[in-house]
Amino acid sequence: MDPAPEGNRPLLVVRDLRIEFPTRRGTLVAVDGVSFHIDEGEVLGVVGESGAGKSLTGAAIIGLLEPPGRIAVGSVTLAGRRIDDLPYEEMRRIRGSQIGMVFQDPLTSLNPLYTVGRQLTETLRTHLDLSEQAARARAVELLGEVGIPSPQVRVDQYPHEFSGGMRQRVVIALALCVNPRLIIADEPTTALDVSIQAQIITLLKRLCREHGAAVMLITHDMGVIAETADRVAVMYAGRIAEVGRVDQIIKRARHPYTDGLMGSIPKVGTDAERLTQIEGSMPRLTEIPAGCAFHPRCPKVFERCTQERPELASVDGAQVACWLYAGAPAQAIDRV
Amino acid sequence: MSESVAVQPAGALVRARDLAKYFDVSPPWLARVLERAPRAVLKAVDGVSFDIPPGRTFSLVGESGCGKSTVARLVVRLYEPTRGRVEFDGIDLATLGSRAAMAPVRRRIQMIFQDPYASLNPRWRVADIVAEPIRTHRLIEGDAAIARRVGELLAQVRLSPVDGEKFPHEFSGGQRQRISIARALASNPDFLVCDEPTSALDVSVQAQILNLMRDLQRAMGLTYLFISHDLAVVYHISDYVGVMYLGRLLEWADARSLFHRPQHPYTRMLLDAIPDLEMTGQARQAVAGEVPSPIHPPSGCHFHPRCPLANERCRAEAPRPRPREGGEVACHALEEGRLPERGGDALR
Repeated sequence: MDPAPEGNRPLLVVRDLRIEFPTRRGTLVAVDGVSFHIDEGEVLGVVGESGAGKSLTGAAIIGLLEPPGRIAVGSVTLAGRRIDDLPYEEMRRIRGSQIGMVFQDPLTSLNPLYTVGRQLTETLRTHLDLSEQAARARAVELLGEVGIPSPQVRVDQYPHEFSGGMRQRVVIALALCVNPRLIIADEPTTALDVSIQAQIITLLKRLCREHGAAVMLITHDMGVIAETADRVAVMYAGRIAEVGRVDQIIKRARHPYTDGLMGSIPKVGTDAERLTQIEGSMPRLTEIPAGCAFHPRCPKVFERCTQERPELASVDGAQVACWLYAGAPAQAIDRV
Repeated sequence: MSESVAVQPAGALVRARDLAKYFDVSPPWLARVLERAPRAVLKAVDGVSFDIPPGRTFSLVGESGCGKSTVARLVVRLYEPTRGRVEFDGIDLATLGSRAAMAPVRRRIQMIFQDPYASLNPRWRVADIVAEPIRTHRLIEGDAAIARRVGELLAQVRLSPVDGEKFPHEFSGGQRQRISIARALASNPDFLVCDEPTSALDVSVQAQILNLMRDLQRAMGLTYLFISHDLAVVYHISDYVGVMYLGRLLEWADARSLFHRPQHPYTRMLLDAIPDLEMTGQARQAVAGEVPSPIHPPSGCHFHPRCPLANERCRAEAPRPRPREGGEVACHALEEGRLPERGGDALR
């Protein structure tokens, strides 16, 4: 259905996604015209500040948008099959078997009333044809694989008996247990201390490589992105401002928003009297400005930015939605 | 740490000595009787000493549960210390018994909290929130004069005086934190205790708040105690940094020496765990183990179960602070010369 981008095979293709929230005071557009792809085995980082729409985009892909939120326009294709319009039951099967999920708070993504082992075996047996014993053996094996000491004992414990870092390991084991092709990790390390963060990121990276799973890594932490992602999409006010290889985004950001964002991160070892500062704050959904959504805060704004909305266009291998780089706006979004 | 702290040259505005706070976390009486459960004591802060010179920023860093927020609360006397004392401008806060005796010092010490959504009364207009310290301490008389002062304070934190008429819910997280800062400044304080003031904010907003805090410090000569778990933020804002672990201060020094030449194995471990923006695709040093429960901390040096250099002495005896370049460090390995040199600068 979707023409494959040349080169790598895309596993996930999101095209022109628009997420709306109908409210009494009119329809809010939370995600607007978002298109991207993730190749097999690739880690795509999605960064942005709160309210940029990154988590909603993730939720829409796995069909877990909270009503009244809905996909108004656009398509989501997983391995060549369109999945955004599937009936609930069918989508549930895909979620279990092909897409794994890791959320920010490991305590809320585990059932406190069931042992960790029961949650793992249940997931395994729902999606794979395994006997009770085989599933349990696999559960123990998985807990060992995610670095939980004495898994034979831990498998019979409840989530509250695990520390935060250990719980997140269990969640990762759950996400990976049926060998999904895509993992959606939404702020997987945000609730963890910095030393535990490093452990979890290393683990997630290693396992995804071993299992050959692609990852959509949603985070506000540029440090996590820098060491994990192959490519990065920067979101602002429900739109993608820039997509490119991680080194392009971090070292040579094209979009003034990305540039400001990178400058505003304090760095250990860099002595700066002041941090670069982007004036103002992200607009509310009810007040997204016309033209480029970033224009009221942009230091390089000019006439056209206030009137016309820029689309993603190729600039030296990266894709940037900014009139600064516009040669020909019309043929911009021919390939994502 | 003990009394043996080397006092920094300039007279300190704030001085904490052997500060400790224990919480009784025993199970309920019935459980203790029926199940013979023992009493339990959580040593949230256990002998912390530091000095903050006037006009400077001292930061405490550490992972969750290390006691850094408890120190903040002890310093502003939201908690009574179990042991030790806090001196502010030469006054031992413990000697100020009554509220009335405390009031003049209270005016000079203010606090900024982490969550700008929880620390502002949602039913009050911003102008009333900011005016509250002025009214409480009777700093200015007359509504017109107070309103003028509130307008000035809002302008100082880069808000508009007309924002005073609004309610907190009309503001974003960063703007609310500006309101918190304006309220803290309203009583003309000398010393601000900031407990994770930017942790709930997005990075671009965090940059605005950090810049503002620094501008205010320069303009008004403010002294900060800054609590954070974010090492990059701490490096940026601090003159002095202390590293806490399970209620104890393991190492402190001026920010540059601490970050460029960390001595304590835990400080080194924390620095190695920072993700590096420049080295894309490179895994950071993963740290072994987790922070143990503060109710049953390890014997001797609390860090020994995670420390690659631990020996018998570390397991048995808590190390005392020793002088290091620009500060102090408490580590047996360093004292015994077992600490390996770090190749060059710790920071790339």
